[in-house]
Amino acid sequence: MKVYYKTLRDLPREELFAPGHRMCAGCGAAIAMRWITKTIGPNAVIVNATGCVEVTTTPYPETAWMHPYIHVAFENSAAVASGVEAAIKTLKKKGRWDAGDSKVVVIAGDGGTYDIGLQSLSGMLERRHGVLYILYDNEAYMNTGIQRSGSTPKYAWTTTTPVGTALRGKVQWKKDIMGIVMAHRVPYAATASVAYILDMVNKIKTALDYTEEGPTFLHIFAPCVPGWRYPENKTVEIARLAVETGYFPLYEWDHGKLKLNPPSNNHLDKSKRKPLKEYLKLQGRFAHLTEQEIAEIEKELDAYWEYLGKLTQL
Amino acid sequence: MQKTKLVEALTGNYAAAYAVKASDVDVIAVYPITPQTTIVEKLSEFVANGELNAELIHVESEHSALSAVVGASAAGARVFTATSSQGLELAHEILHIASAMRLPIVMAVPTRALSAPISIHNDYGDVMNARDTGWIIYIAASAQEVYDTIIQAYRVAETANLPAMVAYDGFLMSHTVEPVELNDEEEVRKFLPRPLRPYTLNPKRPVTMGPLASPDWYYEFKYQQATALREAYKVVKEVDALYGEKFGRSYGVVETYRMEDADYAIVTYGGAAYGNAKAAADMARERGIAAGVVRIRLYRPFPSMDVLRALEGVKAFAVLDRAIMFGSPAEGPLYKDIATAMFMHGVDKPAVNIIHGIGQRTMYVEDMYKIYTMLKERPSKEVVFMGVRV
Repeated sequence: MKVYYKTLRDLPREELFAPGHRMCAGCGAAIAMRWITKTIGPNAVIVNATGCVEVTTTPYPETAWMHPYIHVAFENSAAVASGVEAAIKTLKKKGRWDAGDSKVVVIAGDGGTYDIGLQSLSGMLERRHGVLYILYDNEAYMNTGIQRSGSTPKYAWTTTTPVGTALRGKVQWKKDIMGIVMAHRVPYAATASVAYILDMVNKIKTALDYTEEGPTFLHIFAPCVPGWRYPENKTVEIARLAVETGYFPLYEWDHGKLKLNPPSNNHLDKSKRKPLKEYLKLQGRFAHLTEQEIAEIEKELDAYWEYLGKLTQL
Repeated sequence: MQKTKLVEALTGNYAAAYAVKASDVDVIAVYPITPQTTIVEKLSEFVANGELNAELIHVESEHSALSAVVGASAAGARVFTATSSQGLELAHEILHIASAMRLPIVMAVPTRALSAPISIHNDYGDVMNARDTGWIIYIAASAQEVYDTIIQAYRVAETANLPAMVAYDGFLMSHTVEPVELNDEEEVRKFLPRPLRPYTLNPKRPVTMGPLASPDWYYEFKYQQATALREAYKVVKEVDALYGEKFGRSYGVVETYRMEDADYAIVTYGGAAYGNAKAAADMARERGIAAGVVRIRLYRPFPSMDVLRALEGVKAFAVLDRAIMFGSPAEGPLYKDIATAMFMHGVDKPAVNIIHGIGQRTMYVEDMYKIYTMLKERPSKEVVFMGVRV
């Protein structure tokens, strides 16, 4: 990534996400929205998929968005953004766009990205639209009240993966969305966390600049207070532990090269990672886990790190 | 009026593509589906040859096609898309959103039967299933009318701030070559000035589009939308008249054939049904039945008074529908609209619902002639499924 902001003092000051929205106290996605809007600056059009962020920020006649903003439906934000980008491009050519170098940014949750919106995302990436697609990942359908998605991790409790006598939370593993995006050979894709603001804003800016070349993608880890069942003052702590335990590594895919970012760049060595239990134990959705189940998740995580290690060798 | 006449031999689909080119469209998003495909092929040629300065997005589905033109239209571009059958069904969700967001999108629909069983052939099951989505819906009856109506539709859509669909018979019109008089493109562009849109996605003038409406607000949005579509009737008529003045061709909202002294009428839509009904009316008149035809050109908003006026003098009439609305009191969608209009205005006369041409079952002129004799002798009380083996 390019480093635009070296210290917290350099961070953009202008607030472009208005207070008064209806997001939960301690919402991880709200932190992401604030920094996304600040970092992309005012000259951008935002396309939002249906989801928590959409319903909580646009209760008519109010809006939290100081950008031009459009929400159409759940599964099509990448297609809508393709249209917005094509419109700006052609209107510019024809001399009918008066806002200069305007960017197009999608904001969508994990349901709208991993599951129902995957096809339109793939289409947009394949067609090489100059759009920054930002996924805020809270690992379930939180807007409809905590149902499992393709992003929900194994054994996590949700309302559709209850902990019973026959089944103990979600049965399947979390989908590797970054792998899917990277397979489209986009110029830039990266993971980021609301606990690592400097890393996140530099990635947002880098990804935004690379839209000159084609589509870019950010996967932002955004803990959810009611969905993950933890106290609202623990959002940043949990997001940080997700990185420190190696559960959510920070890395970027920059023109075919995979690079781990601090602190994840030390985590190929397992001994440098905090025990996964520290991350899991803070969350009610994992409260039922046995030692054996935790060991199984750890084993899968080790395999994932081995895979990431190989990708860094490319 | 333009000075020179340029007449080309074009299919209905190519006529649509030429109209889009003349209308100086900015963004096109289309996904191939039979029988629509030759529109996107022709448009791709126009773009590849530099004849049309537009962004053509080759989307991965019809849902994305309509979604992309929603985005582009919201950003202020003039847009076009086209589809048929399953494609229209896949995009159905976005049909409602496009009209509710009041976006002036124009879409061509060469109509096709719906699965299952899969059929690539023509009927109006697709458009009829989209008839209550808040779009202005035209049904054209010739390649010339397809061309003229698409140009008119841009002016109407951009005046009424509503999307417009231009439907016509798949294959029977989409792939049939007819002479089409093309307008001078400069004159079309003068006919289609780009009106200042009240709201677009522009960082200089930020607005939030597609918000969440609580029960305190939702109904008002929907009432305004319903009113806007009703009021679009006037815009359709005005634009048709203006187009007639400038280019010498206009159609009205309802077209009639030999209705002046008709005792019996067939009411229908689309090129094949209208053409054959006209031939049957001629045949019936030769055999002593005063027969006429009424064709619905504007289907939404429904021109109730125009239809009732056209049928004022008849003793009985039949509504020939090319779609089946399963489980309805009468299976024909147009029949239901006309029956409602009659009931609302206290009109009571024998009216028969005929279903025909389903999955492009051939509608013979002789069949239509039989409708006239049936109307004269004993109008059926039941829906007549014509041309089917039972």
